[in-house]
Amino acid sequence: MIKVERLTKRYGPTLAVKDITFEVEKGEIVGFLGPNGAGKTTTMRILTGFLPPTSGTASVAGYDVLEEPLEVKKRIGYLPETPPLYPEMAVEGYLDFVGRLKGIASADVSGRIENVVDKCSLGDVRGKLIAQLSKGYRQRVGLAQALIHDPDVLILDEPTAGLDPKQISEVRQLIHQLSGEHTIILSTHILPEVQTIASRIIIISDGKLEASDTPENLMARMQGHESVLVEIDGPPEDVEERLMAVEGVNGVSRKNGHGGRTSWEIDTGEDAAIRSEVARAVVESGWGLYEIRSVGISLEDVFLQLTSSEPDVSEADAAPTEETVEPAVAKATPADEPPPPDNNEEPSKQEGAGTS
Amino acid sequence: MRNVWTIATRELKSYFASPIAYILLAMFAIIFGYFFFSAVAIFVDYASRGQMGMQMPPMNVDQFIIQPTLGNFTIILLFLSPMITMRLFAEEKRSGTIELLLTSPVRDFEIIFGKWLAAMLLFACMLAVSMLNLSVVFLLSTPDWRALAVGYLGLLLMGGTFLALGAFISTLTKNQIVAGALTFGTFLMLWVLDWVNAYSTSTLGKVCQYIAIAPHFEQFSKGVIELKDVVYYLSAIGLGLFLSKRSLESLHWRS
Repeated sequence: MIKVERLTKRYGPTLAVKDITFEVEKGEIVGFLGPNGAGKTTTMRILTGFLPPTSGTASVAGYDVLEEPLEVKKRIGYLPETPPLYPEMAVEGYLDFVGRLKGIASADVSGRIENVVDKCSLGDVRGKLIAQLSKGYRQRVGLAQALIHDPDVLILDEPTAGLDPKQISEVRQLIHQLSGEHTIILSTHILPEVQTIASRIIIISDGKLEASDTPENLMARMQGHESVLVEIDGPPEDVEERLMAVEGVNGVSRKNGHGGRTSWEIDTGEDAAIRSEVARAVVESGWGLYEIRSVGISLEDVFLQLTSSEPDVSEADAAPTEETVEPAVAKATPADEPPPPDNNEEPSKQEGAGTS
Repeated sequence: MRNVWTIATRELKSYFASPIAYILLAMFAIIFGYFFFSAVAIFVDYASRGQMGMQMPPMNVDQFIIQPTLGNFTIILLFLSPMITMRLFAEEKRSGTIELLLTSPVRDFEIIFGKWLAAMLLFACMLAVSMLNLSVVFLLSTPDWRALAVGYLGLLLMGGTFLALGAFISTLTKNQIVAGALTFGTFLMLWVLDWVNAYSTSTLGKVCQYIAIAPHFEQFSKGVIELKDVVYYLSAIGLGLFLSKRSLESLHWRS
């Protein structure tokens, strides 16, 4: 649906986006993650045809953003960081205007307005002036504006910025509901956001693409295993022995507990499915189980490691994940070393990423 | 064309949703009414002096009321038109709504033409207000309506020129005040450009006289359509709209 190849954007002497390549399939929700000023907005603006790239190409639904901007714009719904609202207009009048602007036939406009008002729960405020709306409602009007022409692709620039927690969860829910019908790209610098919504995460830092993978894979590549923390009231030696006997446990280490209890960190092979096994073992032995939780590495850790500037971090973690993350691979395989066979098809990309 | 109309109607609605349109129209009505009243008062004064047997030049309504009133209209236009155009693009750039327009499937030219058309329609409201005043003359006398129609054509062309140039200046900045000040300065300069060189025969003087905006209206106010004046105004409108388009294009590259 979206294809971005070797995209570079330069503002005068500063490089905002450096040689980014990625693809988004139909129906995917992709989260653009990166610190402020990483180039997320610039990339999105290029996709919407607002900014032309300095070099490289971007296409939406097979239409190049430079060659056929009108075709691209028909297929994109875009919510910029600040929703583009006219405060002096009423919600309904505004949506009518945007609908016509997006090329909806006059006869269909009111039907589409009903649809998006319903989707974005704007029924209560449809007659109100936008100037009178709260931030949360404005954001929803912004979303409604992006949805009005039922676009194939939705591009949302920090859709939850500046909202209160309740509004954030409402907007997230809304985005989640939309995921079936639209291909969605959303940017954020808040980690839990992409973790909960996105099916794939693209991490951008300093204009470079650092990683592109599912949230699960990203976390998995940081650490091949996960750990479970348990707090147990029981004789430490017996507990350790019993825990080691549970299937799937690789190791047990003792932590400090409080009261008479002891905390244990259990190293597991794959995922947290052993938690129930551990719980059963503890209960069957007659000890008290006070707490059990997974302490798998958080996306936050992944993000910080990927976007921190120390080169050793990204190189160290790139090695075991050759198949999953292309740019990181390119970085890890210098020119004198032949690239792994499964990456042969795109030598140019490696060259580009290698220079960064 | 549909896109142009969509943009124009939204723009016009927002003129009337804010106090701008009402204030401009009210100010216009008062100032124009004053000018018209004083023209009529002078006419009445002259007429009564004539009746008292004083030596007066031959008088008619066209020359003594309509022509000076139309001339005064252009001066009001000089002051009020920057207030019409200063927000056109500057406001959209400030609030970020320009991003909506530029990412919608409309051409840059449709955006510019739509906005210019909205400004023209507001200006047309001013013309309508002025006609209300002048209709009084038609009630009491029989002025040449064809000459008046030509005068209004001239006003339309001059207004179009001001609004097109003002729209261009509004694309240059995010700040309405900056846009307004620049626009007014530019208009005033265009207005007085021929003053210094009024009697000059040098090439520079001739060029200045041609560029100056007011002299081209003279013939219109007398009810005469001169091709060179029409060409001047039309090409100035074209230039303003073209520059706006270029400026909007460069927005894509700069922002």
